[in-house]
Amino acid sequence: MADQALDVDFALNEAQEMLRQTTRQFLADRVPLEAVRQLADTEAGFDEKLWQAGAELGWHSLAIPEEYGGAGYTFAELSIVLEELGRALFPGPFLSTVVMAADAILTAGTEDQKQAHLPAIARGERTVGVALFEGPRGANLDDISMAAEPSGDGWVLTGTKTNVVFGQAVDTILVAARTAGGLSLFLIPSGTPGVSHEAVPTLDPTTKQAQLTFTTVSVGPEALLGREGAAGPVIERILRLAAVGLSLDQVGGAQWCLETSVEHGKTRFQFGRAIGSFQSIKHRCADMLVEVEHARSAAYHAARVTGDEEELVIAAPLAKSVCSDAYEHVAGETIQILGGTGFSWEHSVHLYFKRAKSTALMFGDARYHRRLLADALGL
Amino acid sequence: MTDTIKAESAEALVGERLEQLLGGYDPSVEPQEFWGNQYDLGLAWVQFPEGFGGLGVSPKYQSVVQGALEKAGAPTWNRELNLLGIGMGAGVLAAHGTDAQKVKWLRPMFTTEDMWCQLFSEPGAGSDLANLSAKAVRDGDEWIVNGQKVWTTLAHIAKWGMIPVRTDPDVPKHAGITYFIVDMKAEGVEVRPLYQITGEAEFNEVFFTDVRVPDEYRIDEVGAGWRVSMTTLMNERVAIGSRALPRGGGSMEAAIKAWKDYGHADPAARDELVQLWAGWEALRLTTLRANQMRKAGTPGPEGSTGKLAWADLNKAITAFTVDLMGWDGTLYPGGYVLHRPTEFESEGSPQRNFLRARANSIEGGTSEIMKNIVGERVLGLPGEPRVDKDLPWKEVPRG
Ligand SMILES: Cc1cc2nc3c(=O)[nH]c(=O)nc-3n(C[C@H](O)[C@H](O)[C@H](O)COP(=O)(O)OP(=O)(O)OC[C@H]3O[C@@H](n4cnc5c(N)ncnc54)[C@H](O)[C@@H]3O)c2cc1C
Repeated sequence: MADQALDVDFALNEAQEMLRQTTRQFLADRVPLEAVRQLADTEAGFDEKLWQAGAELGWHSLAIPEEYGGAGYTFAELSIVLEELGRALFPGPFLSTVVMAADAILTAGTEDQKQAHLPAIARGERTVGVALFEGPRGANLDDISMAAEPSGDGWVLTGTKTNVVFGQAVDTILVAARTAGGLSLFLIPSGTPGVSHEAVPTLDPTTKQAQLTFTTVSVGPEALLGREGAAGPVIERILRLAAVGLSLDQVGGAQWCLETSVEHGKTRFQFGRAIGSFQSIKHRCADMLVEVEHARSAAYHAARVTGDEEELVIAAPLAKSVCSDAYEHVAGETIQILGGTGFSWEHSVHLYFKRAKSTALMFGDARYHRRLLADALGL
Repeated sequence: MTDTIKAESAEALVGERLEQLLGGYDPSVEPQEFWGNQYDLGLAWVQFPEGFGGLGVSPKYQSVVQGALEKAGAPTWNRELNLLGIGMGAGVLAAHGTDAQKVKWLRPMFTTEDMWCQLFSEPGAGSDLANLSAKAVRDGDEWIVNGQKVWTTLAHIAKWGMIPVRTDPDVPKHAGITYFIVDMKAEGVEVRPLYQITGEAEFNEVFFTDVRVPDEYRIDEVGAGWRVSMTTLMNERVAIGSRALPRGGGSMEAAIKAWKDYGHADPAARDELVQLWAGWEALRLTTLRANQMRKAGTPGPEGSTGKLAWADLNKAITAFTVDLMGWDGTLYPGGYVLHRPTEFESEGSPQRNFLRARANSIEGGTSEIMKNIVGERVLGLPGEPRVDKDLPWKEVPRG
């Protein structure tokens, strides 16, 4: 498996090519940047109708097996959508619902839980917020300390979770807590008595967040996802998938920035010439292309080895570190190439720059992922 | 008189005037009144002639003045508040203005009664300022100005604007420009806010429709506007690049605070922090050295290196600071509030400062342009081939 993982096939088949085209077209028609900006001003931060429409296109069901209402494809197909969503700055709890929660349910859930949740996710009828960490440094299992106590045949949860992406708008929460047996995951409706949320303003207006407070929240036994105390490896896996998902988002956004820079280089004239004819701009664009292509390779590779845990522990932090740095740099360069316009609120490049920084910091920054990589390599 | 004696008497003169200004300093005095006194005593710009806010001594004594003011707890923030006036406009008037113009504009500029703005950039003329197309046509003792300017910082509160305009489209672009001071409250001047990445509208777009400007507001000769514009920019770059911060001050302070507040210990990140600290300190020392060596008169192109280095470092330090904050770095305290500040907002959250820093390599001349200036004018490297230099302005290709 390992050798195969080092030599993945990047080519898209016809169906995958189609998926990219229809996804891009849909986003261009239905979620242009003006729409993204309008949604950023709403409290929910995303549009239920668009969410539904995306699900009808099959986005949500791609990596869900057929027996649970999915299309039974792989992460490679899902990765196409994730990249396009990043390119369009699509706002919504897609990563937490479709990438993280769906995988956690599939890996750890009981048959009843899979039947209860996966078809609903596939149909776009469920939004899930992932509530793992409790402070600014949250990135790994050590950063989870909230407790869940047994009570009758169920549980009582008490504590606070920070930085829950779209936590103010989702209908379901996947929350990590410590029980006597160890780390456990619970899947509970957001409206459960005792759960309150406080929206917090975000650097990236396209990615809302909330802080969730659990005040002696009583839940039944069905809320426990899978086995008590067995959530450690499940959380580690969804963190790796989050890293891969964010990397793809970053590649999509970085590609938009590159194209925007190149276009400006061709059409903006100063000193009687297109500014792209100045080496400082031309070389920058060439460097950006190299960066974006490297980021793409790392992200695509990771998206193709999500089933191979041994390779994923390398591929996920590799992708997150390379893609985070690339996106932040390329978005910053695009501002520079656009000049005063790039610094304005009116042009959308600032939204890319903010999403670049935000995705870079979510679930551990590039430095953190390089540490994970060093560990995985035994260095 | 030997130089030593000159220096001794200059020092004595500055000391004497400082004593007059600060002896029995009363903190309850209104800042504007204080700045008026400072101006009248010749301590506004010591290198300017007496009667125009100066004493005609070496500009190095200005740091003596600033030091004494700070020590006394006297107000010094007029330089920040009216940066475009005091940091740039004053140098322009000193180098190119008539005595009548200096008398009219310098004092209220220094006291901040009259705020200033810089109307250089246009939609079609940013880095290529000489390509500007706002124009002025002579009408007796007046000029009639038409056109659009953009990215004009604080135009909404300014009383006076420095504006180069095209007065002759038939000659090569640098030759057909004339420079004026324009009354921002005059009829036909319309100022509209432009919001920026942080949600603030520090800058504006400004439209001129048949605005009448008296010929007395013209700076230097008709057709000499490029030279005056260069004086403005050289002063601007020094004003931006030569701010003397304390060691570890400015954005570095926030980086160190975040390092401590977030309990960082990772050796790799520590090395990054100290690299930035060392770069920042080397810049501070270079600025200090340059300020000591600066001669009277308009600063030369060497003033551009400080701005260049400062832009890169400030961007890197503010970005690193946000990284140190982890998930907190993904938040934006207070949210984005579209508003129009009435002065430079220099304070803000690390996230806001991270976003604001992106302008550092654009405002006042982009870093690419700074590098061209340093390469060509400081180091004497050959220039790029120019396609537009000798063409009449109206024939230059514009895409
Ligand atoms: C916060 C802020 C405040 C400002 N305040 C003012 C103000 O008060 N008054 C005012 O007049 N202007 C102001 N400006 C405008 C500023 O001076 C211009 O934005 C700047 O000069 C660049 O012009 P531009 O935006 O048109 O970009 P362009 O000139 O179009 O440049 C686009 C890109 O091309 C590059 N480029 C252009 N020419 C060359 C070349 N020859 N070689 C290599 N690269 C090149 C640039 O470096 C840049 O990366 C402000 C700008 C900002 C961001």
